[in-house]
Amino acid sequence: MNEPVKLRKYHSAAWDEPVVMELGRKGRRGVLFPAPEVAVRDAVGDALGFLPSDLRRQAPPALPEMSEYEVLRHYLALSQEVLGMMGISLFGTCTMKYNPSLNEQLTSRPEVAEIHPLQDTDTIQGLLEIVHGCDLMLRELSGMDQFTFQPGGGAHGAYCNSVVTRAYHASRGELERRNQVIVTIQTHPCCAATAAAAGFEVVTLMLEAGGYPSVDALRSVVSDRTAALMVNNPDDMGIYNPHIKEWVDIVHAAGGLCFYDHANFNGVMGKIRARDLGFDACMYMLHKTFGAPKGGLGPAVGAYGCTEKLAPFLPGQIVAREGERYVLRESAGAVDKVREFLGNVPQVIKAYSWLRAMGASGIHEARDLSVLANNYMGKKIQDIPGVTISNPDNEQWRMEMTRYSLAELTKATGVMAVDVQNRMTDFGIDAPWLSHEPWLVPEPITPEAGELWSKEDLDYWIEALAQACRESYSDPKMVSNSPYNQAIHRVDASRIEDPAHWAMTWRAYVKKRARENIQRTLEP
Amino acid sequence: MSDSFGLVTAHPYMANSVPEIKREMLEAVGAKSVEELFEQIPQEHRLTTPLQLPPALTSELGLRSHLLSLLGKNQTCEGNLNFLGAGCWQHFVPGICDEIAARRELVTNIWGTSSSDHGRNQGLFEFCSEIAELVDLDCVGLPVYSWGCAAGHAIRMAARLTGRREVLIPRLMDPQRLSVIRTYCEPVQNAGHITVRLVDYVMETGGISLADLEAKISSSTAAVYFEMPSYIGAIDANAAAIANVARRFGAQVIVGVDPLSLGVLSAPPKYGADLVVGSIQPLGLHMLAGGSLGGFIASRDEERYVREFPTLLLSAAPTIEPGELGYSMTLLKQSSYDAREQGKDWTGHTVHLWAQVCAAYMALLGPAGFAELGALVLSRSHYAAQRLQKLDGIRTLFGTGFFKEFVVNFDETGKSVAQIHRELRTRAIFGGKDLSVEFPELGQSALYCVTEVHAQADIDRLVDTLAEVISK
Repeated sequence: MNEPVKLRKYHSAAWDEPVVMELGRKGRRGVLFPAPEVAVRDAVGDALGFLPSDLRRQAPPALPEMSEYEVLRHYLALSQEVLGMMGISLFGTCTMKYNPSLNEQLTSRPEVAEIHPLQDTDTIQGLLEIVHGCDLMLRELSGMDQFTFQPGGGAHGAYCNSVVTRAYHASRGELERRNQVIVTIQTHPCCAATAAAAGFEVVTLMLEAGGYPSVDALRSVVSDRTAALMVNNPDDMGIYNPHIKEWVDIVHAAGGLCFYDHANFNGVMGKIRARDLGFDACMYMLHKTFGAPKGGLGPAVGAYGCTEKLAPFLPGQIVAREGERYVLRESAGAVDKVREFLGNVPQVIKAYSWLRAMGASGIHEARDLSVLANNYMGKKIQDIPGVTISNPDNEQWRMEMTRYSLAELTKATGVMAVDVQNRMTDFGIDAPWLSHEPWLVPEPITPEAGELWSKEDLDYWIEALAQACRESYSDPKMVSNSPYNQAIHRVDASRIEDPAHWAMTWRAYVKKRARENIQRTLEP
Repeated sequence: MSDSFGLVTAHPYMANSVPEIKREMLEAVGAKSVEELFEQIPQEHRLTTPLQLPPALTSELGLRSHLLSLLGKNQTCEGNLNFLGAGCWQHFVPGICDEIAARRELVTNIWGTSSSDHGRNQGLFEFCSEIAELVDLDCVGLPVYSWGCAAGHAIRMAARLTGRREVLIPRLMDPQRLSVIRTYCEPVQNAGHITVRLVDYVMETGGISLADLEAKISSSTAAVYFEMPSYIGAIDANAAAIANVARRFGAQVIVGVDPLSLGVLSAPPKYGADLVVGSIQPLGLHMLAGGSLGGFIASRDEERYVREFPTLLLSAAPTIEPGELGYSMTLLKQSSYDAREQGKDWTGHTVHLWAQVCAAYMALLGPAGFAELGALVLSRSHYAAQRLQKLDGIRTLFGTGFFKEFVVNFDETGKSVAQIHRELRTRAIFGGKDLSVEFPELGQSALYCVTEVHAQADIDRLVDTLAEVISK
C-alpha cells in the first residue's frame, strides 16, 4: 500500500512555434470559396458595388497567408503544448472531472451542431426534452422549482442572481432602499463583483473562529437595506458553515433573499439541498460538477435555479413541458436577458448525459469518493515538511477540498507557492490552484481530488508536491527558476503592467518592440 | 459491492469506486466509514429522502442509444434549407476548425501556468491579434459570452470613461441584443443606471436618422452605439457622419460588427469608432443551437481604455530565457478575480475554446479569404433579394445596401409570415426570422439570411417554393 511513488520523466512538446502572424508567404491560401454561379454574377454584377464606396475596405487585414496544412500543423503543435488535464489536474475549486468522449461526439453531430436557435420548437423537440430533463434533475438535486441555462459561466450565473434579485425587490418597490448584498470574504470574488455590476453595494464579512463569519457578525450587517446574501458553502477551504440555516433565517427575517453559490457542490451533492436549507436560489456549474468540459475557460454554463417566488423574474425563455410537447415560455415579469438565446445548449446536453450516466447512486458515490480522497490526501500532505493546513483550529474532517499553506517552506527557503506550482508541472501535473484573492492563507495551495482520479494518481500528485518541497530545501534556486520540462521557460511578467510594454496583440507587440529597439540604439 | 447505495460495480468515470480501494483509503485516513467524514454537516441539514433521479445508464452503449433517440427528434439545417440568421448564422466551417475544436488538450484544460499551458495562451494571443487586424485596433481582450454582452460591457466602459450615463442605440436593433444591453445598463432605480435612448431609422435605407440622432444626443451622452451591418443587414452610408456627431458631443463611438464582413467593409476606426465589439460565432463555429456565441471587445492601445477592460487580458511577455516569447495574463488587478467588487464589471469562464477555433479560422482565410467570402456573401444575398422581389406580392425593404441579411415583406401576398413559413417548413425550408411581432411597423416581414452556404440552386429553390406558396 505504501510503495514509493516513482516520478515520471515527463517533457512537454516544445515546438518553438512562431506567432501565426509571422507564418506563411504572400499568396498562399488555406481555404477557397466557390465562385458565384454565372446566373448570380450576371444578376448582381460587381458585388462590392452594393457597399458605399467610402466604406469598402481599402487595406486588406494583415492576416497570415497560409496553406491548409500549415494552419493545421501550427494549431496541432500549439494544442500539444497544453498540459492541462493530459496529466493529472487537481485544480481546486474547479472540480476536474472526466469529460466523456461520447458527449463530445454527440454534441458534434448535426442534430446539435446544425441547429439554429430560432428554429420552430416542433423541429427541436429532442433538444428541448434534454434541456428540460436536465432542469428536472437539477431541481431534484437542489429542491428548486425552475432552472435557466442562459448564463454562460459561473460568474454569469451569479450575475443572473443579482439581476433577478433587483427585479424581485423592484417589483415590491423596495429596490432603491434594498441596495446591499452581503457576502463573506470566502465567497467567490465573482459574487461580489457581479452584485456590484448589477448596482448593489457589497458588504463583506470576515472569517472568525472555525473558519467562517459568526452569526453575530451577520446580524450586525443585516438590515432593511439588505437585498441578498450570496454565499458558498462549503467554502473552498473545505469548511462547512453549520449555522447556514440560521443565516438564511436572519436574512429572510430582514426581507432579503439568499443565494447559494454551489461552486463547491461536489462534496455535498445528494446530502443537502439548497431549498431545504431555506435558500431562494442556487447555481451549479455544469462545466465543473456535472461533467461538461472547461474549454480553457468556457464555453460553460452557470445553471441558475430558484423557487417559484423568483421564477417569474427569470430572464428570457425557459423550456416547459405541455402534454407530450416541449415549448419555450417566457413569463410576463421576466427580466431582460443576460445572454442571447437559450445558453450554451451543448454543455447542457453533456451535463444531462453525465447525470444519466451517474444516476442517484453514482452521485452519492462521487460525493463520497471526493470527500474521502480529499481527506486521504490531507493525511499524507500534512506529513510533508514545510506544508501546513489552513484553519488548523478546525479539527473536523474537511469536505471535498482543503487549502494548505507553504508559508513555512517560504520562510525557510524563500521558495514561494508559485514556484512549487511551477515545479510540479515538471512532473506532468497541471499547475495546482493557489487561492482566490485575497490570500487569507499565506502561500496557499488548493488541490481538489474529486472522484475521477485514481488513488495512484493522488499518490503521484502528493509525491510531486513532496519532491518539489524537498528540492526547495536542497536547491531553492532551482525550484524558483522552474519549470524545465515545459514548452517554454518561466515567463517574466514583471513589465507587462506597464503601458509601454504590455501587448495584447501582435501588432502592439511589434510596435513596442520596434520602439524599444530604437531607444536601445539611442542609449550609449 | 458493500455500498448501501446500490452501486454494484465500479463506475467508468470513477477510478476509486472499487470496494478494496475505498477500504485502503479509509484505513489510511483513519476513519471507520465514509459517513464519518461528513461530520461537519449537521444532521438537520441533511436530505432524508432518497434522490429521485431517472435510472442510471451506466453503459456507454445504453447511454448513447438513449441520447441518439432524443437527438433523432431534431430537424437540422443540414437536412433542411435554412434562412434563419438574426444573431446566429450558418456559415461554412472548415474541417480544420472541427479538428481543433475537438482537441482534448484544448477541450479539457482550465488555467495552468504560462509555461505549462503555453500553447493555449499562444492560441488566445493569436485570436486577439487576428481580430485586431480585422478591426484595425491594437488592444483586444479575451472573449466574452456574446455580442450583446460585449456591447453591454463596452457601454459601461464608455460610461466610466466619460462620467456620463446615457447611451444612444438604433431602434432597429436585435431585440435580444438590446435586452442584454438593457440588463447591463441597470434599472432606473439604480445609481449606476445608464439611460438607453433609441434613435429612429430611415425607412429608405434602414440606417440611423441623423436628424433624430442630433435631436437626442447631448452632453450627457456617454456613447453612441451602432452596428455595421445592422440587425437587418444594412450598411449605414452615414457611418462617418454618425461618428462625427458623437464626437462633437464628446461621446464615445462604439461600433458592433460581424467580423466576417471585414474583408470587404472598412474597419470601424476608419469611420470613427473608438471601441469595436462583435460576435465571434461566424468565425468557424457551428450554430450549436446558439451555444457557440461569443463576443469580443477592442480598443486603441491607450491606457485609459485598456484600464477599463473587464475581460481577462493576455499580453506577450519575455521568458527568463533570452529571446524566448511567452504570454501572461496582465492587469489582473482590475479584474473581478483580484479586485472583487472594485473590479471593472466582472469576468470568469467565457468562451476561450471558441477563440482557439476562431484563431485557426482567421489564419485559414487570410486576407484573400475574407475578401473572397465577403464578396460571395454579397453576391448570393443580393441575388436572393433580387429574385425574391420579382415575385408578385413580395418586396424587400430598405434598399440594396445590405450584407448577408435583408428584410422581405409579404404584406401584398395577403398571407402572414407565420402562414408562409409553415408552408415552407413542409417543404424542408426554414424561412427567415419573423419580424412582425418585434417590429409591427414593418408589417408581415421576415429577416432572411443568405451566406456562402447557399448555392444558386438553393436560392432558386427558395424562390420557386415561395412563388408556389404565395400563389396558393
